[in-house]
Amino acid sequence: MSGHQPPHKELPEASSTPATKGITRRGFLKGAGITAAGTALLDGVHGLQQEAHGATTRDVKEYGPEAFPVTLNINGTEHALHVEPRTTLAEALRNGLGMTGTKISCDRGVCSSCTVWLDKMPVNSCMTLAVDAIGHRITTIEGLSTDSEVHPVQAAFVRHDAMQCGFCTPGMVMSCAALIERNPHPTEADVRVAISGNLCRCGTYPKVFAATLDAAGQHASKA
Amino acid sequence: MNSFSLADCSTVEAALSQLKNGAVVKAGGVDLLDRMKNGTDTPDRLVNIRNIRELRGVQATPDGLTLGALTTLAEIADHPTIRAQYTILSDACGRAATPHIRNVATIGGNVLQELQCWYFRSAEFQCIRKGKDQCFAFSGLNQYHAIMDYGGCPSVAPSSGAVALLALNATIELTSAAKGKRTVAIKDFYVQPDANPHRFNVKADDELLTAIHIPKTAPGTRSAYQKYGEKESHDWAIADAGILLEMDGEVCRRAVVTMGAASPVVRRSTEAEAVLTGKPITRDTARAAGQASMTGAMPLSMNGYKVQLFPTAIYRTILLAAGQMERDPSAAG
Repeated sequence: MSGHQPPHKELPEASSTPATKGITRRGFLKGAGITAAGTALLDGVHGLQQEAHGATTRDVKEYGPEAFPVTLNINGTEHALHVEPRTTLAEALRNGLGMTGTKISCDRGVCSSCTVWLDKMPVNSCMTLAVDAIGHRITTIEGLSTDSEVHPVQAAFVRHDAMQCGFCTPGMVMSCAALIERNPHPTEADVRVAISGNLCRCGTYPKVFAATLDAAGQHASKA
Repeated sequence: MNSFSLADCSTVEAALSQLKNGAVVKAGGVDLLDRMKNGTDTPDRLVNIRNIRELRGVQATPDGLTLGALTTLAEIADHPTIRAQYTILSDACGRAATPHIRNVATIGGNVLQELQCWYFRSAEFQCIRKGKDQCFAFSGLNQYHAIMDYGGCPSVAPSSGAVALLALNATIELTSAAKGKRTVAIKDFYVQPDANPHRFNVKADDELLTAIHIPKTAPGTRSAYQKYGEKESHDWAIADAGILLEMDGEVCRRAVVTMGAASPVVRRSTEAEAVLTGKPITRDTARAAGQASMTGAMPLSMNGYKVQLFPTAIYRTILLAAGQMERDPSAAG
């Protein structure tokens, strides 16, 4: 969360951690979304590390440093994949499972384009380790709508044209939808606070406010 | 980020037993992962305390409040008792970073954050804080750096929580396997750069910050905090002000004025406090206190604006605490 800009432009950016060793991201993406492919990858992968620092006990679970298999509950479905301790939830979603709706932009918790819900609470998935998501219910932008119904916030974003380039939109929608989940009748001030961490360089904020308030109306009438 | 192993602990005892061989504690992980992604910190092993239930939550005690180290900034900001009786703390925690970060960032981690200085936080600069003998900020880009009490390192204290906790006279509870529990007053918790440039606080490597105790405030206490940044939301403070006033009718019996982003260690302005003590809170006394807060200021080449900003921040926050002014719309979030 480097709120201030670095002193010169040559500073290196942290590279994205590959979630899976020996598998290219693009190659992996071809199999993305197919649970069988994810499961097949687990063959031959070590489980919890038992040697390096002592065994897993009741009070201490040992992970890594090598990749290990985990199961993450995402959008109501259990997904098996393997991650390293350093793999962020955003990397696990995008690189491990091909769920690229969640965007990585700043990778520092500054822009919130990677917003997902952890047990309905909006968090920055780029600053959350995948291991910290074990046992929690993760909701991503892919899980917001059902096959038959578009989420009211998404529908309102379309009606109000609340996006330009669209890169911030999944995170913005997740933040606004989380607000309506916990406060069905928000004011514009509530919306402003809810998205105060979501950066939109196109400047679509006024339409995001309008869309969210509109969606809340729709939400309220359905309830 | 470098590769590391992680010990996910479910009890304090288990976590303490893991604090050896350079293992680094992770709670919410916001500041630590930032430093690891920058490449300035490359631990081989993390001790994850995020899932230790006994370290969560706010407890009312006969003497005041105990905050478990893992209580999140969002929980503190929304806590009804804290909002009513320790307003300065809910103000400070509710305005740090962003809503999503406040949902995971803990008060323990907020207090333990490392310094804000872009040279210190870059792996490309080896400075006095990293065992070398050079500071890049004095002759470099220093618009966000300290204006007071900086000695050989003009970085700024990053914790807005600490601005409130210092005003509230909080104590930090530290626990180790070898020595059990000890408490340190927050005024003695941070280390001035000239006393030891390699330590930011007195917590030893085998100690865990387990709780923060806040004494009951005196009857008639009013308090407030405001943060000023370049952006309306999600920015580091360029000036933040914490004000605590113990009122006796119209007269201020005792005043505490704390400042973040002015110095490497969060500080009280005894000069500003002296102006308010024994007097009614008015625009004139508040303005005079703000001016007094800049006694001894020595701005660097690019941060002279802070000498104007702090008196205004303190003036407006005194009046906010006293109920004589609305929250400043130009203050952050």
